[in-house]
Amino acid sequence: MKTLARERYDRLFKLLFRTTGLMVIAILGGIFLMLLWNTIAFFLHVNPWDFITGTQWNPSGSSASYGILPLVVSTSLVTLGAMLIAVPLGIGTAAFISEYAGRRLKNILKPTIEMLAAVPSVAIGFLGIVIVGPGIAKLTGQSNGLNALNGAILLAVMALPTIITVAEDAINAVPKSYREASYGVGANRWQTLIRVTIPAAAPGIIAAVMLGVGRAIGETMTVLMATGNVSAFPKGFFDSVRTMTATIAIEMGEVPYQTTHYFALFAIASVLFIMTLVANIVGEYFVNRFRKYHAA
Amino acid sequence: MKKLTSLLEWPVLIFCTATVCFFLGVIITDLVGKGWSALSWEFITSRPADGMTKGGILPAILGTVLITLITALFAVPFGICCAVYLNEYAKDTWLTRLIRACIRNLSGVPSIIYGLFGLALFVQGLRLGTSVLSAGLTLGLLSLPYVITTTEEALRRIPASMREAALGVGATQFESIRDVVLPSALPGILTGVVLTLSRAAGETAPILFTGAAFYINGTSGYLNQEFMALPYHLYMLSTQHQAIEEVRPLAYGTALILLMVIFLLNLTAFYIRYKHRNDD
Repeated sequence: MKTLARERYDRLFKLLFRTTGLMVIAILGGIFLMLLWNTIAFFLHVNPWDFITGTQWNPSGSSASYGILPLVVSTSLVTLGAMLIAVPLGIGTAAFISEYAGRRLKNILKPTIEMLAAVPSVAIGFLGIVIVGPGIAKLTGQSNGLNALNGAILLAVMALPTIITVAEDAINAVPKSYREASYGVGANRWQTLIRVTIPAAAPGIIAAVMLGVGRAIGETMTVLMATGNVSAFPKGFFDSVRTMTATIAIEMGEVPYQTTHYFALFAIASVLFIMTLVANIVGEYFVNRFRKYHAA
Repeated sequence: MKKLTSLLEWPVLIFCTATVCFFLGVIITDLVGKGWSALSWEFITSRPADGMTKGGILPAILGTVLITLITALFAVPFGICCAVYLNEYAKDTWLTRLIRACIRNLSGVPSIIYGLFGLALFVQGLRLGTSVLSAGLTLGLLSLPYVITTTEEALRRIPASMREAALGVGATQFESIRDVVLPSALPGILTGVVLTLSRAAGETAPILFTGAAFYINGTSGYLNQEFMALPYHLYMLSTQHQAIEEVRPLAYGTALILLMVIFLLNLTAFYIRYKHRNDD
């Protein structure tokens, strides 16, 4: 009898555990359906082609225009700038930690990077206003320095921990024999790093960059606080920009429920979702390729 | 050529590493340097006064503690159950692979989209309104993939022999998980949970539309009311307040408190991990 009860508990909990697993699918499915539903509702009011190719985002004007292009270009510009800063720094740091630093230095550097990853985005955005902004303003003679460059610098700081951690794993995973072969033919440590180790770790490093891109595209608070939020078509790094995430954050609080404008913000979110999804899937593809390549 | 490159190698790599450390250094020194003077006993124990230009941030601290608790109550049991299923029960079928793919994708979804989902599901769909509960559950959804991944990692480190020993003396699979596997994986699970909660406590975007308010009358604590939170308070003080320069010291103080809360949680996690490493 007692055994019977225990077996019943066993089955009951197995069912519970499996249900939670299925719930995870339901959550992602829910997010997907929510975006799809509202985006379709938006496209009933506005032509999809106008949305994708429109060069003006002005939903509150007398003739509202819902062109997502300036927002996408803003996001891309800020992300590109962030990667130009973060990729070389990240790979260099990863190489230093994995190939050059001793045990004790490693034990200091790794927690340092974890700490940097832990800093909340709103705190980094705040520092963008009080430090980076005035710094840029002094250099360029602008009034406040809230522009794409500011956002790019902050996003670089936010993406660096991701890039460093994944790239360091990749460099670490390159078999020792590769390096020994390189030393054996007379190469020094630097030549080995540049010509052998980093090329061998390339898929993992590409994965690191793509995951960093995914983080930068989806980041909201830093760009909301530091890029100036002017929804015009950006011309360069010294222009104020307004990214997709910032547009959602600013306008969602003000729009009436289930208006065209409300649906439009979900349509932006769908584009954002697809962009981060692509970045993450490409990143993951390279992570897997790297694993297979070194398992063989 | 060889000489030149070997001359460059150390400066280049040390420059990269030093720059990264410099970023963290700037963040800490600036916030501590300028925020320290704003800190006082009164700052953390009193309510805002005179249109936010004076007084403290007690409601924001309490609000952050409260939503983090709700996040934990939702995400921790849910996440642990799911990780147990994936690591202890699931075979390598298409369904398992689908669940894993969903978890990986969920951890890549931007936090602002979680905000929209929370708005659509909890605020409007389940009619919880803009409230502590909606915001806490939204952050719970955001934290879920991290809890699952870190818990699964902790479970994976438990050797199969321990499970086999438990099954061998007649335990059911559930009993072996409850009495053997989970207790031995506890330090690892705890590390992951604390790190995840520290992330959730600092998130702003998901609570923008789900319940955070700049100012509330009376004390917070009711689950169906709007609330103040540290990250949101910092955002409002530094961008939306009508006298931004005047409240800058308060913003610095808020930022420092937020950073201290999060670093404290992180150090706790590091400590658990470090102590556990010495165990085995």
